[in-house]
Amino acid sequence: MRRWASLPGGVRFLIGVAALFLALFIANSTLNRYVLHVIILIGIYSVATTSLNLTNGYTGLFSLGHAGFMAVGAYVATLLTFPVRLRIAYNLPLLPSFLGGPEYHWPFLPALIVGGAVAAIAALLVGAPVLRLRGHYLSVASLGFMVIITTLAKGLKDLTRGAAGIQAIPRYTNIWWVYAWLVVTIYVIWRLLNSSYGRAMLAIRESETAAQSQGIHPMRYKLLSFVIGAFFAGIAGGLYAHFARSIRPYEFSFYMTFHIVIMLIIGGAGTLLGPTLGAAIVVALKYVLKPVEEGLGIYGLVELIYALMLIGVMLWRPEGIAGGVNPLRYLIPRKERR
Amino acid sequence: MFTATYVGQQLLNGVVLGSMYALLALGMTVVYGILRLINFAHGALVTVGAFTFFGIFVVLGWPFALALAAALVVGGIMGFLLDLVGYRKLRGGPEVSLLITSLGIYILLENFIKLLATPQPYAFRPPAFLVQLHNVGGVAFRTVDIFIVLVSVLIMTAFALFVKHTKLGIAMRATAESVEAAQLVGIGVNQVVAVAFVLGSAVAAITGFMWGAKYGQISYDMGFMAGVKAFVAIVIGGIGSIPGAMIGGFVLGLVETLAVGFLPPGFAEYRDAIVFTLLILVLLFKPTGIMGRKEAV
Repeated sequence: MRRWASLPGGVRFLIGVAALFLALFIANSTLNRYVLHVIILIGIYSVATTSLNLTNGYTGLFSLGHAGFMAVGAYVATLLTFPVRLRIAYNLPLLPSFLGGPEYHWPFLPALIVGGAVAAIAALLVGAPVLRLRGHYLSVASLGFMVIITTLAKGLKDLTRGAAGIQAIPRYTNIWWVYAWLVVTIYVIWRLLNSSYGRAMLAIRESETAAQSQGIHPMRYKLLSFVIGAFFAGIAGGLYAHFARSIRPYEFSFYMTFHIVIMLIIGGAGTLLGPTLGAAIVVALKYVLKPVEEGLGIYGLVELIYALMLIGVMLWRPEGIAGGVNPLRYLIPRKERR
Repeated sequence: MFTATYVGQQLLNGVVLGSMYALLALGMTVVYGILRLINFAHGALVTVGAFTFFGIFVVLGWPFALALAAALVVGGIMGFLLDLVGYRKLRGGPEVSLLITSLGIYILLENFIKLLATPQPYAFRPPAFLVQLHNVGGVAFRTVDIFIVLVSVLIMTAFALFVKHTKLGIAMRATAESVEAAQLVGIGVNQVVAVAFVLGSAVAAITGFMWGAKYGQISYDMGFMAGVKAFVAIVIGGIGSIPGAMIGGFVLGLVETLAVGFLPPGFAEYRDAIVFTLLILVLLFKPTGIMGRKEAV
């Protein structure tokens, strides 16, 4: 164990990734489709939760608008990849010529990235005003942003088909896409946290005033954290759309945000792997309990248990399951710590 | 197209909706003033009140007054329990943990109701004397509209007098000013907070009855938007000001109704988006709201 801890971070990361993909390879060739479905879903939610962790866990901005960014990513990626021959049948617009023209649809990867980028631009536009607010105001304003996005998705019928949603999206998402993106997300956030940017974000979380007095411009770093978080949220949305094969505005509602927040809090906000752990617990629990809920006809049981778990964690273990490890420990030499 | 009666009709609807927002904002702002907590669970009490009334009046067929009283009592007890079980332990900790817990409590209550009732909405039939139609100069309204406005004004007046003149009310204002200082002069902060929760929740439960009676339908998720919009009303009126919260409630109700009534029909579905755009604009350009004191936002 001590030898493991003494390895350089990059080596540990590579070993971890290799182990993950080995495990996924074994899982992919032995497990049945149902279990693989759950594993893919865990990966998608892990990407979403890990990106939420950057703002909510590390920068201390309790945003409740994450589902809004996922919606942006999901809709943009879907509109780009949607097969040309089905567009007319589904009343979806053809691509304008500067995006490839009406006879063309995009491959998966660039569409995902553009979806993430548009979500990031949305975050930039929304963040500039909203991030001036603190604490609760930020939470409610970002929740408001999410409501605005879902109402737009319902209202702009020419673009999104309104409340009916878009069906028959090609299923591009598979286990490799999802976990590759999870690795990228974790890697980016990990490297970011170990840079001066990340230290500035942690400083803002601990005390914005103190950070400011050290010459950190809070707005810049808050915005950066918000935008990067939104980019990966958009990616998660795109992955979700091409996995579920249908998206409707109300899916990206308060409940989606709430589930991601639960995953974050249960796993441990402000820890690198806590979000993945939380996503695995919450998604797996849902698939274990869903048959019980349907068998007994008691709808709402799963959400009820989620809520109890959230309250329980808040009351008795607010740092989450993976929590209790202060990230500052690794940044500040031992003798300077107090 | 926009005749005087149409305008009058819209104004009336706006005032009725505003009364309900004002009642919710009242309960929320008292709690927010003391604990700095946006109590998302406040919206769930609306649902609890509506379903309590529905269960006793419609399902059991008991008298109207009894059902209303039951909603009030159940709401009050729920408020007391939420404070005792959920929030008391977290006081003095980070503000955000209170917020997350209140989200959790909201979801808990919502799904509890979903479990007890069903996910489908119910038709909500208030007693016959409340749905009687009146017509004054072309503006049509039902008795329930008058009931809502009158009861709201009554509750708000009573609350204003309570806060202004009674010992407990003064203690409440002092605690909102500063919890530490209130403790130093011997105010039992826990009692004050409990009273704030009980009163606010009981009023929210009554609002749930009004909501159902006005719109004729109740469902397990009816309270969420109502609760969040009540917070928007608080921000518009000015955080930390009790009269401000009530004014904010009326302003929000009018803006929402008039926006839907006077914008082209296509905008009706942007109702919620309009409310939150208003919130963001207020936060940006006048964060102290209509009557609020200066505070770091």
